[in-house]
Amino acid sequence: MLATRIIPCLDVKDNRVVKGVHFLNLRDAGDPVELGARYSEDGADELVFLDITATIRSRKTIIELIEKVAENVFIPFTVGGGIQTVEQIDELLRSGAEKVSVNTAAVQNPNLITEAAKRFGNQCVVLAIDTRRSKEHSNNWQVCVKAGSEPTDIDAVEWAAEGERLGAGEILLTSMDADGTKAGYDIEITKAVTEAVNIPVIASGGAGKLEHLYEAIVDGGADAVLMASITHFENYTLNQMKEYLAGRGIPVNL
Amino acid sequence: MIVVIDYNVGNVKSVCNAFQHIGCDVKLSCEPKEIEDAAGLVLPGVAAFGYAVSALGTTAELIKKVALSGKPLLGICVGFQMLFEKSSEYGEHNGLGLVSGNVIPIPSEQTVPHMGWNQVKMPEAMNLFAGLGSEKHFYFAHSFYAEVNDSEAKVAFTDYGFDLPASVQKANIYGTQFHPEKSGQVGLKVLKNFAQLCKGTNS
Repeated sequence: MLATRIIPCLDVKDNRVVKGVHFLNLRDAGDPVELGARYSEDGADELVFLDITATIRSRKTIIELIEKVAENVFIPFTVGGGIQTVEQIDELLRSGAEKVSVNTAAVQNPNLITEAAKRFGNQCVVLAIDTRRSKEHSNNWQVCVKAGSEPTDIDAVEWAAEGERLGAGEILLTSMDADGTKAGYDIEITKAVTEAVNIPVIASGGAGKLEHLYEAIVDGGADAVLMASITHFENYTLNQMKEYLAGRGIPVNL
Repeated sequence: MIVVIDYNVGNVKSVCNAFQHIGCDVKLSCEPKEIEDAAGLVLPGVAAFGYAVSALGTTAELIKKVALSGKPLLGICVGFQMLFEKSSEYGEHNGLGLVSGNVIPIPSEQTVPHMGWNQVKMPEAMNLFAGLGSEKHFYFAHSFYAEVNDSEAKVAFTDYGFDLPASVQKANIYGTQFHPEKSGQVGLKVLKNFAQLCKGTNS
C-alpha cells in the first residue's frame, strides 16, 4: 500500500526560504539548501521548492539552487514558479528535479500540460492550483494566478478535472484562505477536488497542528499533505508527524 | 567506471549525484567508446516511453551489445521499462527486448500515476537487495508498468492493488521501476549493491 506523503514546502525568494500568511507578510525561514537537506534527513517523503519571485533574473538563480539541492537531497523534489515552456521544464529536470509544477502558464496555455506530459510523462507534471472561495458565490472556489494576485473566472474543481484530462499527473491544491493561518486545511475544497479527479491530490495551506494533517487525509481524501509554517516555525519534526499519523492508522513511510 | 547513459531526458543528473554520494566513479555520457569501456551501464529515464526510445536512437543497439557481453546494466523507471519488448504509452513502441514482457497502463481502478513510497517485497536471491532485509519502502512515479513474462527473470513485487513488478534481475540485466536515487538511504544501498556488481566485471 502506498504511504501517505508528508511534503515540506520551501517558498524561495532571493535565495532564502520565506513563508507568509495568505501569500503576504513574508517571514524568513532559512537557507533552502540547508533546510532541504535537513528535511530530507528528518524523513520528508518529498520536497517542493517554489520560486515565488519567478522573474527572468531569478530563473538562473533557481537552476543553480536546484543543482545544489540535488547534490544533497536523495528524495524526490518538485520545482515550481514561473515555468512557461517545455524547454524550461527540461532544464529543471536536468538540474535534478523530479517533477515540475505549473500554475499561471497552464491557465494561460493549457496545452503546456499536454506537451510536457507527452515529453516527460504525466508523473512529472504537477498542476498547482491556488484558489480561494469566491466572494460572489460561496459554493465556488476561484482559481487565482500570478502568485495568487490575480483572480480568474475559472472554477478550481473544474480546472483540476480539466488538468487531469490534459495530462497532469498530480494536483497541488493550495487554499489561499487557509494559507499560513495554521487553522487547518480547507477540507471542503480538498474533498471537492479529490472527488473530481483520479490523480493524486496534495493538500496545501493551513497546517498548524498534527490533527490537521489527519483531517486533510481522511476527511479531505488527500494523497499527500504539504506544509510550511508547521515545520519551519512550529518545530514539529517530520518523524513526529509520521508517528502521529501511523498511530491513527494512516500508512506512512517511517 | 559506471556510465550513466545521457540521452537528453530528464533526471539523469540525480542518478549521477547519488552514485557520487556513495563514492563511485561515475560519468554521464553518450560516447560509444565510453559506453563500451564502462564497468557497468545505467539507463535512467524520466520521460514518456516513445520519447525516450527515439531520444536513445542508435545508442540502443550499443547498450544491448554491451549488456549481452555480460556487463551489468541497470534500468531505472522508464529505463527499466525499456528493457522489455514493447510499450503502449502514447502509441506502440519497441523497447530493447532484453527481458520478455510488455509495458502496459496501470489499471484505471488504481490511482494513476502510481506515485510515492510503496513497500517492495525483496526476494533474497536478488543481488540489488543484498543486506536490505525483506521489505522496504521505495519511491515510485509512473503510469505504465512492465508485465514480466520471462521465465529466466527474478522479479520483486510491490502491492498496488495487484502485484506490480518493482524490480527484475535476469543474468547481468537489472532494473527497478522505482527510483533508487530518490529513495533515501535504502535506495542508495541498492545503488551500492549495483556498483559492487560492476566491480565484479573488472573493467
